[in-house]
Amino acid sequence: MHKAAQFFKNKFSLQFILLSLIALILGSLFGVLAGFQYILPDFLKELLPFTKMRPFHDSSVTSWIILAAIGSIYFVLSNLEGMTIFSPKLTKIHFYLFLVIGIAIYISIGTGYMGGREYLAFIPILILPIIIGWVLFGYNYYKTVLNQVKNWPVYYWMWGTGIVFMIFHLVEAHFWFSPYFRENFVRDLTVQWKSYGSFVGSWNQLVYGLSIYIMAKIKNDNSIGRGKLPFFFYFLGLTNLMFGWAHHTYIIPTQPWIRYVAYGISMTEWIILGYMIYSWKKSLSEEKKENNTLAYKFLMAADFWIFINLILALLISIPIINFFSHGTHITVAHSMGTTIGINTTILLSTLFYIASRIDSSFKDNIKQLLAGFYIFNGALMVFFGALIAAGLKRSEWMYFSKNMPFAEMKINLANNYYIFLIAGIVMFIGILMLTIPLFKVFLKEYKIAVKA
Amino acid sequence: MKIKKYENKHHNRVIISVLVFTFVIYNYFVYSSGTETLAPKLSIEAIDGQVLWQENNCWTCHQLYGLGGYLGPDLTNITSNPQKGENYIKGFINSGVKSMPKYNFTDEEKNQIIAFLRAVDQTGYFPNYKANLQPNGWVEIDYKSTDSTAQQPNK
Ligand code: HEC
Repeated sequence: MHKAAQFFKNKFSLQFILLSLIALILGSLFGVLAGFQYILPDFLKELLPFTKMRPFHDSSVTSWIILAAIGSIYFVLSNLEGMTIFSPKLTKIHFYLFLVIGIAIYISIGTGYMGGREYLAFIPILILPIIIGWVLFGYNYYKTVLNQVKNWPVYYWMWGTGIVFMIFHLVEAHFWFSPYFRENFVRDLTVQWKSYGSFVGSWNQLVYGLSIYIMAKIKNDNSIGRGKLPFFFYFLGLTNLMFGWAHHTYIIPTQPWIRYVAYGISMTEWIILGYMIYSWKKSLSEEKKENNTLAYKFLMAADFWIFINLILALLISIPIINFFSHGTHITVAHSMGTTIGINTTILLSTLFYIASRIDSSFKDNIKQLLAGFYIFNGALMVFFGALIAAGLKRSEWMYFSKNMPFAEMKINLANNYYIFLIAGIVMFIGILMLTIPLFKVFLKEYKIAVKA
Repeated sequence: MKIKKYENKHHNRVIISVLVFTFVIYNYFVYSSGTETLAPKLSIEAIDGQVLWQENNCWTCHQLYGLGGYLGPDLTNITSNPQKGENYIKGFINSGVKSMPKYNFTDEEKNQIIAFLRAVDQTGYFPNYKANLQPNGWVEIDYKSTDSTAQQPNK
């Protein structure tokens, strides 16, 4: 097939990816701006109000994860797997719908006309078109894959269930529209955080599916993603998505059985941890084939971050540890560690892989990208450490020196905030070093695709 | 070989169906008995207060039950705090101290916010100082009884 024509099929997947990169750059920038607030509160509160910077940051970075995953999945299906997308028109509608929603979300936050809740701060009505977009995506996905793939490898299952659960949990996050939930604060708050835990689980299905796919491609080994073991871990992940969300809500006065179930289910993740250690040990003795692509490096980095974050997640799912860590920056370390260390790392791996496939002149082992890789991961490590340390201090304040005024505790945390902010700025630089070259490649290909 | 593959696929469907079925039942109980509390329903005034809480993004800085942003303090039990309470809150929220934005709430709106915070306070404690931490890692949290509602200090 003519090269340009081949990419024409993927014009919309490239658009999703371009948009996701813009969201990542903006989201990191807003993150840095929000971080300044912690050390210069009086100075910046009028200029860059935290009530806007935080929602800008949340919305942008979640959009990054979602758009990059969607774009990559469309790309995999139509280009790498050579399938015919069931309805390119639906893809087009899906893209423009999400683009318009994105603009609407920015207007909503920029004008301060919000009314939503944490992570979904924008005018609540916007959730309707968002859900419609997901339904279109799901319809298109199933129609495409069901007819063209028999005996699905695990990543098709992961994408398929990820989409369905995403839809369900986005709806669930808005159950508060109904008085049945709203009038009972305990129920309302519990269900709100249940849905958050699970929709993160849902996008993890999309992202982890991509990582398995890319690994299978890089190693040129189709058995990755097939067989009993990958499916075992898939079902384990799905079980945790459904029933393991409650460590955010252990402290809310719900009935104890909710906690028992969550505690029990989340402890099954020790199996994943054990398996990771086991397979590393095994791989040490195996003959290693050098793979220097950046995509591979990012996957290895993701492995490291999964390991670290899994340990943290397991610990904070133990009620007695959760008791002290809840409501502190340790939770922030958990969410930043997973969204940046795991999700972003895997998605960057995916995008570098796609970039190397669409543009044979794209060199991903040049100095700037390698430096970007190390700066990004190094800064994340410091960032993560500063949050854990801040969380420990805050916990100490909450439970052991509770007579100290809040303002004084904050002064005690100032050093952590400085480190946190500086690491954030360095990480932002690393992200720019990585994303700008990526953006250029995708833009170039996109232009070719449009001309064709 | 083909038959074996078909079987695999079949197994996966069975597992998914069992999981989804369990999930539906589980959700039913989470949404109903699992989250039942003794605290009274939120009044219309309290719900209006919650609307203000959302429209003004108080959650970007404050937590309820430790959930929310960390720029400001947790407000779960502020209305029953003997050193703070309602007048203190009324004085505070339009003052614009430190990183807290300067708001211009009317008296009615202030009352709504307080009604919301009071309703939250009635549901329980955070931090849950009287929780029973057990050596096996389990935590039995202390529930608030409603007859003594908001007046019980959490020490
Ligand atoms: C930009 C961050 C921010 C936002 C938004 C914010 N606050 Fe605050 N608030 C603070 C900070 C910081 C303090 C603590 C000031 C101090 O004592 O140092 C505070 C203190 C308070 C206190 C006193 C707490 C105490 O224990 O002394 C109340 C009550 C309060 N805020 C209510 C609200 C309400 C209601 C809203 C929304 C309408 C709101 N705040 C929005 C940052 C914020």
